[in-house]
Amino acid sequence: MLSFSDLKKNLKKDITSLTPVKVALLADSASQFINTAIRGYGVELGLKLELYEADYNQIEQQVYDPTSELYAFAPSYIVIIQSTEHLLHSFYKEDNRAGFANEVIAKTADLYTTLSQRLKTQVIINTYVEINDQVFGSYAAKTKTSFLYQLRKLNLGLMDLAVENTGLHITDLASLSSFKGYQNTFDTKMYINADMVFGIDFLPAIGQSISQIIASTLGKSKKCLVLDLDNTLWGGVIGDDGMENIMIGSLGMGKAFTQLQLWCRELKNRGIILAVCSKNTLEIAQEPFISHPDMVLKLDDISLFVANWENKVDNIRYIQQVLNIGMDSMVFLDDNPFEREMVKSAIPELTVPSLPDDPADYMLFLRELNLFDTASFTEDDKDRTEQYRQQAQRTSLQNNFANEADYLASLDMHSRVNAVDKFTLPRVAQLTLRSNQFNLRTIRYNDADITEISNSKDHFTLTFNLEDKFGDNGLIAVIILKKTTEDNLFIDTWIMSCRVLKRGMENFTLNNIVQVARDNGFGKIVGEYLPTKKNGIVKDHYQNLGFTQNGDVWELNTDNYINKQTFITGKQ
Amino acid sequence: MATEQIITQVNDIFKDVLENDDIVLTPATTAADVEEWDSLNHIQLIVAIEKKFSIRFTTAEIYTWKNIGDMCAMIAQKTQK
Repeated sequence: MLSFSDLKKNLKKDITSLTPVKVALLADSASQFINTAIRGYGVELGLKLELYEADYNQIEQQVYDPTSELYAFAPSYIVIIQSTEHLLHSFYKEDNRAGFANEVIAKTADLYTTLSQRLKTQVIINTYVEINDQVFGSYAAKTKTSFLYQLRKLNLGLMDLAVENTGLHITDLASLSSFKGYQNTFDTKMYINADMVFGIDFLPAIGQSISQIIASTLGKSKKCLVLDLDNTLWGGVIGDDGMENIMIGSLGMGKAFTQLQLWCRELKNRGIILAVCSKNTLEIAQEPFISHPDMVLKLDDISLFVANWENKVDNIRYIQQVLNIGMDSMVFLDDNPFEREMVKSAIPELTVPSLPDDPADYMLFLRELNLFDTASFTEDDKDRTEQYRQQAQRTSLQNNFANEADYLASLDMHSRVNAVDKFTLPRVAQLTLRSNQFNLRTIRYNDADITEISNSKDHFTLTFNLEDKFGDNGLIAVIILKKTTEDNLFIDTWIMSCRVLKRGMENFTLNNIVQVARDNGFGKIVGEYLPTKKNGIVKDHYQNLGFTQNGDVWELNTDNYINKQTFITGKQ
Repeated sequence: MATEQIITQVNDIFKDVLENDDIVLTPATTAADVEEWDSLNHIQLIVAIEKKFSIRFTTAEIYTWKNIGDMCAMIAQKTQK
């Protein structure tokens, strides 16, 4: 973990090239150091956080006064930090002790509702650091009128509130401080003299948590974990020791590796792609995955298994190309500092944690890094491993066909086309938040925005599923169309998942867009490409589809449009 | 520990926390003499000094210091115990 001084030094760096994000910070305690910690950690994640810090203890005033500085600043994120110490004072003033938590939850819900009505913003609140005020001693855990009981109820209530509101996020100070211990998170002198409720050594953890939430809602989250094998996923060297002697399960310090494997499998079930990159002979390296009884991870859990004697830099580049995801969304775990250094210096965008020397420390270390923060979780995420495995099968089939049309025809593709509905809404929002490559304008929408768009008379939405003989790719494309004039239909959003590239999906999608335009009497479709660092692959998208350039935009007349060839059959 | 040695170590902490390598402390130096030494940085300085010398100051003790000399005398006293 970085120190507070490191974070201060980050702010002296030249960060003009980083992504600017406007953040407002409201707190009921003195927040100058929290401000520094959030901005300082943001730099680590490639963010230039422009922060408005409200005056001391001005949360309600800033939120409820529509003319406040907060609204003038119009931030994309609002961070509200409330302290257990101040909560305790309110609790002591409260007559109805047993109803205290519900009252605070209701107040918080009202703050959030007010903010989300007045601003297009994401709100980050904290759970309260959990302490027992020792008025009841141990009995506090046995009565609803104790501070401890109300505090825990409050924390759970805040989490429920976040479950119900997609724009509300939680920086979980309760679990962060239990990780560090309250004595290491609270500095009595700083509190008494300056009303600062977090000690210097706890501030980096807060900065990390908040800036990670911001980064993941901006789509900067990790998608793939690449694993070394020997002494990373099991103890020992499979090629030398043989399958019976590697440490996993009850053998030697096998427990440490079992723990790590269990964690990897949980990540996989949450939608993180697992890949293997190991210096080994493939058959030998795969053997434990197939027949070792104590292995948690099986061959099916690994989307891409690379074991050979080439160097790891090339192998990781190969994995990245096959999966077709950004290098900055990948994490590489390897116990060998030499390999790590080589990979890290060749591919600086890749995250390469410095695993501790003792495998017993692996899990504690990895949990603290919190590498896999996410802003959402949908049913679709669970199937991702299977989808990437199918992708690898398609790649091998493709090599057997002489021409592309024969190959595409052999895939037997069907696509379900629908408007956004309540089932697809979370996935649609997620695609707008996360897709960076095949994304023409990179406009981000949260669930509430998509609901609004799908209810609007001036918008048309299309979602596409794609199935083929290898399986279901899930929801892989989103179109949002906006009426700009009586005759013009503007393509506000065109996003496609990169896993269905080169399948003729673009043609099929355009045919459907033209259909919508014709059905609703639009003569012209207008497209626009807004370049970012990552969406270079769609630079010539509209040109390739036969649109004509007109200034900054691309146009297509619907009257004389002839449906493009496609090997995809549509179904409702 | 000799007072001079303590001043040198405290000086290093000041340079690091205040991010200014030109700071030269003497026993007579006060907050008014060092530009970056404001109340916020003061908090960070105390925490860093406590950590460096493995000691704890009480709030009342901190209030009694008038200059660097007072601060270092107290460090000397606490580290002798």
